[in-house]
Amino acid sequence: MVQNKTLGSRIFDIVNIIILTILTLSCLYPLWYTFSLSISVKSAANAGLVTFYPIGFSLASYREIMSDIKFFNSFWISIQRVVLGTGLSLVVMIMMAYPLSKSKRDFKARDIFMWIVIFCMLFNGGLIPWYLTIKSYHLLDTIWALVLGGSVPVFNVILLMNFFRNLPADIEEAAVIDGAGPWRILFGIVVPCSLPVIATVTLFTGVYHWNEFFNGLVLMSDASKYPLQTYIQQLVVSIPSDTTLTPDQYKRLSELSNKSLNAAKVFIAITPVLIVYPFLQKYFVTGIMLGAVKE
Amino acid sequence: MKTKKMGIQKHYYLMMLPGMLWLLLFSIVPMFGIIMAFQDYNPGQGILHSEWIGLENFRYLFQLDDSKQVIVNTLIISIGKIILNLIVPLIFALLLNEVRSLRYKKFVQTVVFVPHFLSWVIMATIVIGIFGYNGVVNTIAGWFGGQPRLFMADPSIFRELLIGTDVWKEFGYNAVIFLAALTSVNPNLYEAAAIDGANRWQSMWHITLPELTPTIVLLGVLALGNILNAGFDQVYNLYNPLVYSTGDILDTWIYRLGLQNLQFSLATAAGLLKSAVSFILITVSYVLAYKFADYRIF
Repeated sequence: MVQNKTLGSRIFDIVNIIILTILTLSCLYPLWYTFSLSISVKSAANAGLVTFYPIGFSLASYREIMSDIKFFNSFWISIQRVVLGTGLSLVVMIMMAYPLSKSKRDFKARDIFMWIVIFCMLFNGGLIPWYLTIKSYHLLDTIWALVLGGSVPVFNVILLMNFFRNLPADIEEAAVIDGAGPWRILFGIVVPCSLPVIATVTLFTGVYHWNEFFNGLVLMSDASKYPLQTYIQQLVVSIPSDTTLTPDQYKRLSELSNKSLNAAKVFIAITPVLIVYPFLQKYFVTGIMLGAVKE
Repeated sequence: MKTKKMGIQKHYYLMMLPGMLWLLLFSIVPMFGIIMAFQDYNPGQGILHSEWIGLENFRYLFQLDDSKQVIVNTLIISIGKIILNLIVPLIFALLLNEVRSLRYKKFVQTVVFVPHFLSWVIMATIVIGIFGYNGVVNTIAGWFGGQPRLFMADPSIFRELLIGTDVWKEFGYNAVIFLAALTSVNPNLYEAAAIDGANRWQSMWHITLPELTPTIVLLGVLALGNILNAGFDQVYNLYNPLVYSTGDILDTWIYRLGLQNLQFSLATAAGLLKSAVSFILITVSYVLAYKFADYRIF
């Protein structure tokens, strides 16, 4: 780019950097604020004195969590959910996306299946029928309600399908001549050639299962079966939906909470996302762009 | 050859089986529950034996004062989000595009995506931490002698709070598509413009923005399908009865109607209306996107 260093241009550069830095810091603030609260002295945290930095230093909150069985229980449920949910949907999604990536010539029913899948993405029966259906399967209060309840992540299937479709056709043709069947081709050739998009959908699905709280709230009647996000939601955010609530009651409710302890729990819940974040960052741009394939 | 092709197709059906079964059990079977919307559903009698009442549920829904307010709230919040979630990321992408230091650019890009991957449960604890009664804003106001305010329980600013925090959480993520589109702008255009004496503002206005216009139009059209989705997760985690008047949206209302007040039939009817309208809107938006931007998802 040609550099024209007029005064106006320089002022713009400075102002621009300041604006962008403020925006960037605002996105870091949630993490920093939560962390600061969690290591602050309890009294300061609860009095609302923590704003931009920790006040005092105390690991009491983390120590308290160490002996909190309910917290670890929910943490464990979330881990199970992420592992089972991601693993299962990954296999199912890949197996679905491959035949759908074929042309109608190679797979006659392709278009019919595609329309069913798209219809399921765009239309749903609504909350109550969905809930009653899962109830009728006797899945309430089981981990399978959380793993299966969200149904097939159709959008991810489409991502995979579009990627498979753009793989060079001659690799597959060579394998066919060598006598490889469809399963060998899928898992021996197509999957190894598609690792970036598989990484993308794995991360998307994993983060979805980790972050999802609503199914946990609705499908689990027993608080001891809540996944971590639902546990935190109940603990920190939940306010009685009683319509007689007055502003004064609301004020008192918000003063009751143990801010530092809650922040420590929230921070622990964020940590896994932060750990996979570099990978997310690397792949998700590709993932989003793959969502739209122009032909 | 033909029999061989049939043989392969058999395997394709087999590959589709688990996914289609999953869809059947958890997406398609619930669709049949829609008939509850036309019944006076009684859990004891079940779908097969509950009394049919035609469109009575729908008539009743529209008579409720709540329903109108809820629709108004949903539209205001979602349209506000749609507009600002286009404009703010666009401005952000344009500003970032003007930064010359690649390292700084990369740093900014890395950080601004973070909030997108945090759930609304987590973000709500932080929003409440900031705007709550003894939260950051009130504490800072206190330094300057201000009186603490109950932001989270004030219906007059709750929608703005929802829209603002949503934009804050998502602007980095929403900018990705703009940033990707910007990388494909031909650099020669800028050089030619500079030789012709264009300043940066003029280059931005006459080159960058027109290059982004198809993307802006596409995103705007696709957003149409979300007009009834004002963001359940966010609202549910931030609202309280004191702000129902402005903050209650279709999804939260249906949730309370159905699973807290156990009005199964009414909630199903409301959900059906929402699903049907959304379905039409999304279909229209896809058709428009295909016609005008050559965009197709499959």
